[in-house]
Amino acid sequence: MKEDKIKLMEVCGTHTMAIARAGIKKLLPSEIELISGPGCPVCVTSQADIDRAIEISRIDNVIITTFGDMMRVPGTKTSFEDMKRDGADIRVVYSPLDALTISEDNPQKRVVFMGVGFETTSPTVAATIIEARKRGLRNFFVLSNFKVLFPALEALAGSSKLKVDGFICPGHVSVVTGTIPYAKIASHYKKPCVITGFDEIDIVKGIKRLVEQIKSHRCTTEIEYRRAVTEDGNIEARRVLDSVFDVKDSHWRGLGMIKESGLKLKNKYRQFDAEKEFKVKLPKAILPKGCICGEVLQGIKGPRDCKLFGKVCTPRKPVGPCMVSSEGTCAAYYRYGE
Amino acid sequence: MCLAVPAKVKSIEKNMAVVDFGGVYKRISLGILSDVKQNDYVLVHAGFAIGKVKQKEAEDTLKVLKELKDVLKDERR
Amino acid sequence: MIGIDKNITLAYGNGGRLMHELIDMLRSKFSNKILNELSDAAEFKVNSTRLAFSTDSFVVKPLFFPGGDIGKLAVCGTVNDISMKGATPLFISLAFIIEEGLEFSILERITSSIKQSAAKAGVLVVTGDVKVVEKGAADKIFINTAGIGVIKKYSLGTKAKPDDVIIINGPIAEHGMAILNARENLGFLSTIKSDCRNLNFEVKRCLKASKNISVMRDPTRGGLATSLNEIAYSSNLGIEVYEKSIPVRANVRKLCDVLGFDPMYVANEGKFICFVKEKDAMKVKHAIGKGTRIIGKVTSSHKGEVYLKTQIGASRILPMLEADQLPRIC
Repeated sequence: MKEDKIKLMEVCGTHTMAIARAGIKKLLPSEIELISGPGCPVCVTSQADIDRAIEISRIDNVIITTFGDMMRVPGTKTSFEDMKRDGADIRVVYSPLDALTISEDNPQKRVVFMGVGFETTSPTVAATIIEARKRGLRNFFVLSNFKVLFPALEALAGSSKLKVDGFICPGHVSVVTGTIPYAKIASHYKKPCVITGFDEIDIVKGIKRLVEQIKSHRCTTEIEYRRAVTEDGNIEARRVLDSVFDVKDSHWRGLGMIKESGLKLKNKYRQFDAEKEFKVKLPKAILPKGCICGEVLQGIKGPRDCKLFGKVCTPRKPVGPCMVSSEGTCAAYYRYGE
Repeated sequence: MCLAVPAKVKSIEKNMAVVDFGGVYKRISLGILSDVKQNDYVLVHAGFAIGKVKQKEAEDTLKVLKELKDVLKDERR
Repeated sequence: MIGIDKNITLAYGNGGRLMHELIDMLRSKFSNKILNELSDAAEFKVNSTRLAFSTDSFVVKPLFFPGGDIGKLAVCGTVNDISMKGATPLFISLAFIIEEGLEFSILERITSSIKQSAAKAGVLVVTGDVKVVEKGAADKIFINTAGIGVIKKYSLGTKAKPDDVIIINGPIAEHGMAILNARENLGFLSTIKSDCRNLNFEVKRCLKASKNISVMRDPTRGGLATSLNEIAYSSNLGIEVYEKSIPVRANVRKLCDVLGFDPMYVANEGKFICFVKEKDAMKVKHAIGKGTRIIGKVTSSHKGEVYLKTQIGASRILPMLEADQLPRIC
């Protein structure tokens, strides 16, 4: 009766983590299978983008600032953590605004913020760039590796390889985007979408509403996370974002090139563009052999299908991106013995 | 993909606010959510308020799990 | 060389799996019966007196933090290691490695704190050493202490017994979160303080209350999860702990939530877990006092592994710390 299983994809890595941490899969009815999606910005940052940041960290009098999530992500040869051990000035920050403070405290140095994240995070960096201009900072730069979630979600929804009956949609991305971008996925690709929060109760209620939709053959976007998400989302955040960034085509690790799924700084903010400021030569990207993160990110295969999983590829020495981020599918499986 | 935690706005000064996560205080930016008043609850991500949030009601996860099983059963009949 | 690594990285010192591999490599070099116990303190007999002997080095940054400082840590760390053996700590040594340029006023603050902490724990500083190294060869000040204690009642080993109950003396993760906030300039304001304190008197009360304690451990680096794994592994028994029963103060939990940390892996400096026969569990709990909780039990299934019963009642594996936790936004 395997065909009768209801397959739901939790798009967001924070959901993957919460599900594993609470042990939700063990309590779900056996008819429901959860598949982890590509919603971890660290996991999908391309190797070339990481290599560029690492090359910049080699330059004298440069301080790299980053969210802690990026420290162990492997580039082709090395990671931030390795570079830091070898003497590069790489600092973990909680907020992009902390990077501005570091810029002000180190006027003789150039401070680069490693920008990763989806629609939740990119507006905070846009606001930081506006603030940097206001303060007249000339030594602050952003590497824009931001991703836009919906083009990737559409690519997944439309993929013939992927058999998913519905999407558990990310609550905090939706706080910013609202529900409109989901409309096409629900109506055109006929995939029910339920936006939910990150407590166990939110996730289980989200799953219940998806199952209700599937059983009654409906395909709509529903909000289970009403206490935080509105249909319109945070219009102000999107306005700030649009004033600083334009969309660009972007390479997702595991998924490849996706049209209009990345962000670049608008011309009027180009003085803050780290890619323009630092011309670096990138090593030839060699993708790790045997790694199936691409298929894991698409939900086609699971971590246990990978020969490297838990043997050569562990959270401390990750081979592929899904093991790197603590919210990556493989890391969640490794840590919580899914 | 995005950790965000609710916090109560204690005070506001220009486009910054001091929020209380519950015994843990932090100065955050209102740069992408300016329509905020004292005592509002906001979701905080990377040092920014990203949206307002209402207080959660206490609910029983196991009860919902049981309801979910009922939904599956009902349809099979 | 361990596995694929050519160099020793910070992960070899974080209290997790790699540190255990490094320690094992070093242990095998000096292999002997006393060392191979791999207990927090060594146990041996001199004439007819049973002694516990332990050493520890302290390299904390910042030197002063809410709830303590490097001096207090240096005393409590060694006192607690000896106590975990069931011994009464008596004498400690004190060695400083000082980076040139350190202000005398800072040294004065640290030594005053050492004096106070030693008096509180009832131990005497009986020998010591000072080295000064050039700038960059140390970070302000490093301290090493060693200590000797005498085993009066009975000594504690590294192996739990089937059906033992696990007791903890208070809320976890306070030291690690207090240090992190002070060190990384994260800008959070709270009343979170390090739990750094000497445990010898609490331990003494436990030993008086029950003759059936098998293991005690202070879950420092690597946190509670790592200590539980060490004991499951060395006992070749399973451990089950209940998430609901593990005490974490509300503000500590919040700071963990905001930074994406799991309190089970955050360091403690004033907590200990005690494995005791079920029939004596309440006696020991009362002997320790307020804030003490029963958090789990030893099982004969899942040998060598720790399982966590989550808030919603699912059971999942709780592994040892793999990589140091970093503040994250995802």
